Amino acid sequence: MDITKRRKFKNRIFHVLTFLCTLFGVIILSVLLFSILSKGIKWLSLNFLTNFPSRFPKKAGIYPALLGSLWLIFLTAIISFPIGIGTALYLEEYAKESKFTDFIKLNIANLAGVPAIIYGMLGLTIFVRLLGFGRSIISGALTMSLLILPTIIISSQEALKSVPDSLKQASYALGTTKWQTITGVVLPYALPGILTGTILSISRALGEAAPLIVVGALAYVSFIPKTPFDQFTVLPIQIFNWASMPKKEFQNVAAAGIIVLLIILLGINSIAIILRNKYQIRIKD
Amino acid sequence: MENIIKIENLNFYYGNFLALKNINMDIYKNKITAFIGPSGCGKSTLLRTLNRMNDFIENIKVEGNIYFKGQNIYSKEVDPVELRRRIGMVFQKPNPFPKTIYENIVYGLRKNGVNKKEILDEVVERTLKAVALYDEVKDKIYKSALELSGGQQQRLCIARAIAMQPEVVLMDEPTSALDPISTLKIEELLLELKKDYTIIIVTHSMQQAARISDWTAFFLNGELIEYDTTENIFENPRDKRTEDYITGRFG
Repeated sequence: MDITKRRKFKNRIFHVLTFLCTLFGVIILSVLLFSILSKGIKWLSLNFLTNFPSRFPKKAGIYPALLGSLWLIFLTAIISFPIGIGTALYLEEYAKESKFTDFIKLNIANLAGVPAIIYGMLGLTIFVRLLGFGRSIISGALTMSLLILPTIIISSQEALKSVPDSLKQASYALGTTKWQTITGVVLPYALPGILTGTILSISRALGEAAPLIVVGALAYVSFIPKTPFDQFTVLPIQIFNWASMPKKEFQNVAAAGIIVLLIILLGINSIAIILRNKYQIRIKD
Repeated sequence: MENIIKIENLNFYYGNFLALKNINMDIYKNKITAFIGPSGCGKSTLLRTLNRMNDFIENIKVEGNIYFKGQNIYSKEVDPVELRRRIGMVFQKPNPFPKTIYENIVYGLRKNGVNKKEILDEVVERTLKAVALYDEVKDKIYKSALELSGGQQQRLCIARAIAMQPEVVLMDEPTSALDPISTLKIEELLLELKKDYTIIIVTHSMQQAARISDWTAFFLNGELIEYDTTENIFENPRDKRTEDYITGRFG
């Protein structure tokens, strides 16, 4: 009896402990959200979205940064999506097991852990200087693509691995080629997982500032970017810029910028969740 | 009797492991041939050499010849994709695609360039009738195949295989994941299908082999011990090991 009581007591302690761990994250997030919202919500307006940055907090807006961020994630997506999924398909479906493929896989995993600022240096050397793209959106997008490619590849690989072998065999047994099996069975099955991973990586790119500062995104922009070769700024840099201004009201402007960034991030993440739920296929075992 | 497949001096290796040892046998047209034997005896491996499904495994080696209607299927001119169109396969566990019943059946046809709706509709109806599934599912052929029961799914997989109009259908323990009633239905179906197709079935159930097959091959440790009409195998086995196996003394 005594042992049973002790076991139950231990069980309850760990129940409470794990709950407290969960609560920790929730509380931190709520405090953050509350402080941001209370500072910034009054500053949010249509003008804030369509104005250029200004010396006067009341007139300051995020229009160029917003457009810069949208350009950046759009280009990053169309660059990294095909390359990432292509790599994952090669590694999972085509490449034979060998030391070489193991080596590639290991390296991709390592690349995922390289600090973002290193990618910024790489982007500065290769895209800005060597290829001569200058301090443009395209340089930023290429750098961001390098940054998120390892994550996209790894999550796509996981999604491809989850495709049951029995389905692939069923497809091959009907006289289909490898490519037909990939388009007919493998990709439809893996796509929700691939999209989830990819979209989450892209939302990470949206929040990054460090590599873009190295690549040369501007801190103050008084024009809107029209082509991928224009100079630009992005939301996180603009927010950082405001937050470091001496005038106190700019803290509130920065908070308003953070709200905009958060809304876009949450929007993208909910697209990922919706896609996953909509196309998720459950296989009975 | 006309043979459709002829296996000659076949050796099969997984790496260094010799999984099939010098197999020689003929498979006869429009008959049901059963492969029996204890687990690991090589019967599934042999089945998968016939439509080259083993090609997907790395480090395998095939020696000897397998002729399908006179042509060596391991010669360089033979495209395994084309071969699998003509030699269909049904697997141990029902494996319908996560698509509608309709799309499951026409999958192979679509991938081979058949897209005319009238043809596809006709194939769906004909094959569902052939596997005695039509009455059960006719109102939901545009619903997901995953909603069907296990037995229905397996019959759908058979319909999917015969939609390609193969000449041979390979079955790898097709009823081992099913309940007795579903099993019975599939066995009845196979007796019906052998009019149009040659069927090779791997089974763990000796009763099943005895009930439905015309020819039975008994394998042990990668060797073909005895191959004869099902009647002879079960009533007058020539080899002591065959007798021991079918009487349940081992395996």
